[in-house]
Amino acid sequence: MDGRLPDHAASLMPDGPLSIQAIEISKRFGDIHALDQVSLQVDAASFHCLLGENGAGKSTLVKCLAGFYRQDGGSFLLAGREQDIRSPRDAHKLGIGMVYQHFTVASGMTVAENLMLARDDLPWLLNLAREHQALQSFMADMSFRLDLSARVADLSAGEKQKLEILKQLYQKRRLLILDEPTSVLTPAEADEVLGMLHQLTRQRKLTVLMITHKFREVTAYADAVTVLRRGRLAGTGRLPETGTDEMASMMMGNPENRPVQTGPERTIPAKAQSMNLAAERLIIRGLHGSNDRGVPAVTDLDLVVRSGEMIGVAGVSGNGQKELVEILLGQRDASAGEILVDGLPYRATRHEMRLHGVYSLPEEPLRNACVSSMTVAENMALRNFDQVPVTAGWKTGWFLSRRRMVARSRSLIAEFGVRPPDPMLPIDGLSGGNVQRAVLARELGQPVNLLIVANPVFGLDFAAAAAIHQRLQMAREAGAAILLVSEDLDELLALTDRLVVMSAGRIVHAVATADADPVAIGHHMAGGHA
Amino acid sequence: MNMYRQALDSLRPIVAAIVVTAGAFALFVAASGYPAVEALMLVGKGAFGSGFAWQNTLSRAAPIMFTALCVAVPARAGMVIIGGEGALALGGLAAAMVGVWWASRPVVMVLAGMALAAWVTGGLWIGISGWLRYRRGVNETISSLLLAYIGQAVFNFLVEGWLRDPASLNKPSTAPLDSRDMIGNIPGMEVHWGLAWGVLACLAAWWLLRHTVFGFAIDIVGGNPRAAKMTGLPVGRLMLAASVLGGGFAGLAGMFEVAAVQGCANADLMAGYGYQGILVSFAARHHPLGVIAGAILIGGLGASNSLLQRHLDLPDAAAQVLQGLLFVSLLAFETLNRRGGRHA
Ligand SMILES: Nc1ncnc2c1ncn2[C@@H]1O[C@H](COP(=O)(O)OP(=O)(O)OP(=O)(O)O)[C@@H](O)[C@H]1O
Ligand SMILES: [Mg+2]
Repeated sequence: MDGRLPDHAASLMPDGPLSIQAIEISKRFGDIHALDQVSLQVDAASFHCLLGENGAGKSTLVKCLAGFYRQDGGSFLLAGREQDIRSPRDAHKLGIGMVYQHFTVASGMTVAENLMLARDDLPWLLNLAREHQALQSFMADMSFRLDLSARVADLSAGEKQKLEILKQLYQKRRLLILDEPTSVLTPAEADEVLGMLHQLTRQRKLTVLMITHKFREVTAYADAVTVLRRGRLAGTGRLPETGTDEMASMMMGNPENRPVQTGPERTIPAKAQSMNLAAERLIIRGLHGSNDRGVPAVTDLDLVVRSGEMIGVAGVSGNGQKELVEILLGQRDASAGEILVDGLPYRATRHEMRLHGVYSLPEEPLRNACVSSMTVAENMALRNFDQVPVTAGWKTGWFLSRRRMVARSRSLIAEFGVRPPDPMLPIDGLSGGNVQRAVLARELGQPVNLLIVANPVFGLDFAAAAAIHQRLQMAREAGAAILLVSEDLDELLALTDRLVVMSAGRIVHAVATADADPVAIGHHMAGGHA
Repeated sequence: MNMYRQALDSLRPIVAAIVVTAGAFALFVAASGYPAVEALMLVGKGAFGSGFAWQNTLSRAAPIMFTALCVAVPARAGMVIIGGEGALALGGLAAAMVGVWWASRPVVMVLAGMALAAWVTGGLWIGISGWLRYRRGVNETISSLLLAYIGQAVFNFLVEGWLRDPASLNKPSTAPLDSRDMIGNIPGMEVHWGLAWGVLACLAAWWLLRHTVFGFAIDIVGGNPRAAKMTGLPVGRLMLAASVLGGGFAGLAGMFEVAAVQGCANADLMAGYGYQGILVSFAARHHPLGVIAGAILIGGLGASNSLLQRHLDLPDAAAQVLQGLLFVSLLAFETLNRRGGRHA
């Protein structure tokens, strides 16, 4: 490729949107049939959603299309022509771009630099002035904007995801694949991003293929859906003709075939006065902490969580919730303040965790709670590998019994429905939702007194989300104190007993959930308290 | 079944790296005006071509196994330690001194004392890097390298000064060990017992990492420190322990060089085994059993060196070029393998 500058200002997608046809795509990983003769038809300039339970094969299918995996059988037709996509580069040349749930932007650089460097045909020498000019006129065409000179590290999650998408658009993609792009975004941010993509499809500039678990997004934006189930095509439909019930039954298949997972019935929380008598499990006093760049992120925070109570922490992402959870988990040092569990100072040591029964379900479990180079069984043993059932031999506590480790993980896998049910798989071979389940199984696999949870159903299909919510409620009924940090206000309203709102590192609002007014909460989340 | 496939998969990049290295070395030799094919044959012959070659190779492999463990064990805890040469030198010196001071005691006691002294000295030396990382956040790679230089300087200072045997005239050395305290050869071979102990050390390290609570904890720390912290593991202390353990192995390398080869501590101890251990550990992906094979391979390259010099008159640096090529292509193929494999 030559290093000439693409003239973005003239027209965004000179070649127009791509149509895709996937014909009987199959892909195996070892003994697992991730895809079994799956076909898919996406019209040019349509907004197409790909649905399915966790582990259904959605990510695998789009990764084949984007050149990350090579399918074992089947072929792709792009704009009616058969194409052999051997690498992401091939896919880029055909105009296919992909955006992930996680960010790939370089956080030390500015928005402009990220956009420039994304190009495949990066020339050896950049004419910075001209690049900037091109960028500026490109940005002027976009309905959402980012400050070109802002540093990526200073962007919020929503803005980073926008940058990911802008990066793709700047490279004149004709087909944009998005794998759960909104799981790190608030509903408002999601609407902004998806609304803009939707508009581009209406202008016949782009085709969008999006994986999502959120029916709300499907009904709002999709023209058509394709549903996968356990590696097979389960059905297709057009919108608005196809209703969410119909999609749900395609996703889940025949109801008799699956374990019953009753939805979360809102249980009546314990009465207020008995709650006041309940033990104060977690007390946080005057907590201060900084983020990765040393900027204060948590400021003078006080919070009490009692046993048998679930407290929700609401807030726009980037207001110190992440740092708060990391401090509680022992992944980050507090700069001041104290944390008491059961009345005793808590420093997140292994001994204290066990003594007080403190467990957690952090967000991004693969990054925060798993060792990706280890198997499912090993990951499930992270909590108790040094305890009697898993250790053995002379002086219990010195030697591992891998046999017992695997046996225990088998029973956890069965109990929590992790798929595929193979303890010897590397954990990063599981689908996102199943990693989450494996961690949940490990953390709830013993009696819990205090549970710290952050965005527990990001990226989960609705049945899995309901199952996790139910587990949380069961833990609460059993007397656990739960701190639930979530960016999903609906989740908090449905589950918690009390709600606090975090903004700029402080708690700015606290209310019993039963009396909560979403409008007032939204106002506080947006910093309207000041 | 799966395990064999995995083992084969992990061998592929290594074989590819060896082939590419051979090719590149041949080109290098040819470009310098020497016969390329003959040079390659000589490498093979000098390393594994005869009983004598094998014995030479294995004698060199013994210390490399220990120094490779000094890289491998801390690496499992997520640290890149490259200062084994310093721990080897100081461990050897400590062993030599114990050997001299305890000369009148029973042989078993002398050897055990030497091993212990070497182990503790090497462990403490590398432990400094672990401690700096744990307490001060100092990068352990840099600090271990600097400490290696310091260790060698301290070694030279002591051996040329206070601890010098006045009888060692042109090569400053410590006083020689009593010949009764020297470690002999494995029966039937011209290879000293250090080889057997090296293999044993690799097996022990493997067992420790694979089957003990400590080993598993180390693997968690190295695999994902965030997950380790979340489950309450004492990350810093485990890193410190891994570095002390690794340093102990490098110290033992020095002890065997003293007690089986040199008979005293002198500058010949610092023959680059510490650095070759880095190469071996990376090639073996820090797997203690892989270290055994890797050490034999690198020992072979060292053994063939003299043959290359004698027959082809190749300069001394040729062996270093060969090692460097091997290291770079191993790392390159390793990265490629990861890219092509499971990820994202
Ligand atoms: N690299 C891999 N190695 C082994 N197995 C894999 C790999 N990638 C996916 N799988 C398996 O293939 C199946 C489909 O996984 P995939 O990631 O496509 O699911 P998904 O539909 O995207 O699920 P989720 O909604 O949870 O992200 C799963 O059973 C998963 O364990
Ligand atoms: Mg997925």
